[in-house]
Amino acid sequence: MDTEHLSAGRTADVRIAGLSKVYAGGVAAMADVDLTIASGEFVAVVGASGCGKSTLLRILAGFERPSGGVVEVGGTPVTGPGPDRGVVFQDYGLFPWLSVRENVAYGPSRKKLPRAEVAAVTDRFIAAVGLTRFAGKYPAQLSGGMQQRVAIARVLANDPSLLLMDEPFGALDALTRADLQAELKRIHVDTRTTVVFVTHSIEEAVYLADRVVVMTGGASHGVPGSIRRIVPVDLTDRDVTSPAFNAVKREIADLVHTVPATV
Amino acid sequence: MTTTDVATVPVAAAAPTVPDTPRRRGRGRLPTVLLGLPVPVLFLVLWHLGRAQEWELPLGIRMGFLPYPADVAAGLVNYVAGTRDDAFSSLLWEDLPASALRVVSGFALATLIAVPLGVLMGRFRTANSLFDPMINLFRPIPATAWVPLVALLIGYGDQASIFLITLSAFFPIVLGTISGARQVPERLLEAARMLGTSGVGTLLRVVLPAAAPAIVNGMRVGLGLAWVILVLSETTGVPTGLGSTIFLARDVVQTDQIVVGMICIAVAGFLSDRLLTLFFRVLFRDRPLIK
Ligand SMILES: Nc1ncnc2c1ncn2[C@@H]1O[C@H](COP(=O)(O)OP(=O)(O)O)[C@@H](O)[C@H]1O
Ligand SMILES: [Mg+2]
Repeated sequence: MDTEHLSAGRTADVRIAGLSKVYAGGVAAMADVDLTIASGEFVAVVGASGCGKSTLLRILAGFERPSGGVVEVGGTPVTGPGPDRGVVFQDYGLFPWLSVRENVAYGPSRKKLPRAEVAAVTDRFIAAVGLTRFAGKYPAQLSGGMQQRVAIARVLANDPSLLLMDEPFGALDALTRADLQAELKRIHVDTRTTVVFVTHSIEEAVYLADRVVVMTGGASHGVPGSIRRIVPVDLTDRDVTSPAFNAVKREIADLVHTVPATV
Repeated sequence: MTTTDVATVPVAAAAPTVPDTPRRRGRGRLPTVLLGLPVPVLFLVLWHLGRAQEWELPLGIRMGFLPYPADVAAGLVNYVAGTRDDAFSSLLWEDLPASALRVVSGFALATLIAVPLGVLMGRFRTANSLFDPMINLFRPIPATAWVPLVALLIGYGDQASIFLITLSAFFPIVLGTISGARQVPERLLEAARMLGTSGVGTLLRVVLPAAAPAIVNGMRVGLGLAWVILVLSETTGVPTGLGSTIFLARDVVQTDQIVVGMICIAVAGFLSDRLLTLFFRVLFRDRPLIK
């Protein structure tokens, strides 16, 4: 998979301007969010619980409608969910009655591609996440890490231009998590798909992302969630033990754990 | 108390003292099949004794009017294999297909209406608001209460019979489907949408499979009710059928044949449930469904 290219490498930029979200019932989840993401960029979103990270991601996915503002992916306003934006959920969201192969084939089959092409794409992405031997198994027969690999293969097989991941590795043990982080990084290098990656782990954000969006506030703090700062990660190698890496981590941790001076 | 004076006491009081009860000590080692035998055997013995001694039980049950179990067995053989050369000889092979066709038609019709309706009602508030009052209004009306109206509306015959079966099978299927469709995990619907499934496609590809166990349960209850209502539905003047034959037997006061008809309906109901279960097992193979 290092030499062979995984996909056509569709990729899209993201433009969010003046975005706000008030849920039914009056919960002001976020306000005044501006964020521009270049094609092929990997952006991580961190912040305390309830600051609106999932809300931001779900609006990009088209699961939630914005209350105000502009959300465009690849120059097109988001009006609902679609196969151009693949979502990886923390709880995988695999179809339990479909085998690994059928789950991965699900998206390509919806596009009415020729049968042989669906099979080829499916096999390629199952191989890319190292699950060829498990293609006939059902999700319930797999570990959490393997299920998340299936979920990643399932959206990648759809050749999305934007990959949205909401704490995808949050439920996994540390070793599996490290494996999947490395794998995701390889996949991103290969596909150059734009990625928005929500995480609780600052280390994970710094390890993976080109830029880290730090969010703050949130309905439980009495203010809508908003972006506090966007921290670029200008590290040439992502050695998690290096002083440079830890300096970036510390900078972000300070932003996450302190209250902005203006509030 | 001995078995000779059992005749003077109700069965319920006599049962604990009857010496045939399975021994407690061997229970753990006895195969389930063997454990299933004593009660039916006891039942047959009591039935035979009650008939022979013409017991009078509470609720005015006069066992003297029952056929002997042995006569029922003989009647059953005649109904199946024509050993007696009377009006009922080998009649099963006309009655069973006729009744089964009514049950299958009514059940299929009920399923065809109830499953799509249940899916819509389970997923869309508007559909639920539209149909829920009607369903709750009609559901408590027993099929028996429909018979006179159906006789006027449809007349006598197969269509009336199928209508009554459809009506009875419809409610359990629609209720099962509604509850199944409501319990589909939201996450799976989101997954399907973001993978490019249309709204209607989501109903077919996510709601149906996720609700399948509840739908199958509703269908099994519905099929059972279809057989329950069969006898009633064949009072509508159809010439052949398991139920029609029971009424014919009553008219010629052939009680053994009445019981034979009852047994055949029970067996047919049981076998059709097995068939339905087998059908779904083949359909789903070993796919894990949501519990
Ligand atoms: N469907 C919803 N309805 C009402 N309030 C919601 C809904 N989803 C999230 N919220 C609220 O919006 C705020 C932001 O939630 P969320 O985006 O899930 O935060 P995060 O993912 O950063 O933890 C929280 O206060 C949460 O309770
Ligand atoms: Mg969240």
